Amino acid sequence: MNNVNKDMTLDCYGLLCPMPIIKIAEKMKELEVGQVLEVIATDEGIKTDLPAWCKMTGHEFLGVKEDNGEFHAFIKKVKP
Amino acid sequence: MAGEGENIMPKEKMNIVVFSGDMDKVLAAFIIATTAAAMGMDVNMFFTFWGLNVLRKKKFTSGKNILQKMMNALNRGGAARLSLSKFNMLGLGPAVMKTMMKRSKMPSLPEMVQTAKNLGVKFTACTTTFSFMGFSKDDFIDGVDAYAGAATFLGEVIDGRVSYFI
Repeated sequence: MNNVNKDMTLDCYGLLCPMPIIKIAEKMKELEVGQVLEVIATDEGIKTDLPAWCKMTGHEFLGVKEDNGEFHAFIKKVKP
Repeated sequence: MAGEGENIMPKEKMNIVVFSGDMDKVLAAFIIATTAAAMGMDVNMFFTFWGLNVLRKKKFTSGKNILQKMMNALNRGGAARLSLSKFNMLGLGPAVMKTMMKRSKMPSLPEMVQTAKNLGVKFTACTTTFSFMGFSKDDFIDGVDAYAGAATFLGEVIDGRVSYFI
């Protein structure tokens, strides 16, 4: 988790459900297949919402780390 | 991780009946709809009865006869003007709620409607309510994709695994 190389970062600081997921879906269009997106969020729902989103869209959930009420989640774009 | 097979999997479909015209309930409907669309699902929202108010423009008079005109003057339309299902208090409740939502960086209902449109959510307006209330297409926002009845909606429901009535 600590050595994940991110290609882009999306700031969802202070946003509540469903805004992070909507912004992530939008942002993923900018990534190339194989690239990694880091999402910074404060809504705890991201811990389970993001794996659920990845399961449905087919992208890879790499993990999430919590740091003082701030969540850093990583997802890898698997398909176009 | 995703195999070839996943690309040919048919898209999941979600159908939501929006019967309520209460701001809080409609907000819940739009949160589910926009999330589903962001998850790659095909989403169809069927607006009926009080729910049609969400798609109406801010307009004072609509209706073909005096009873419809009276009803529509009381039953105001527009996504920004819906009342709360609880603590409405003549509009004080929604005003407080909107301020609280803004402070929590939550999008307003009109913004959610726009987001849903941007994500490709389909809006269908119920023709029965439409005629019964004496509306004309001019009373509605541009985002309405179809005007249809219950049979059309049920035809869509059969194809989807997720249906809600709000």
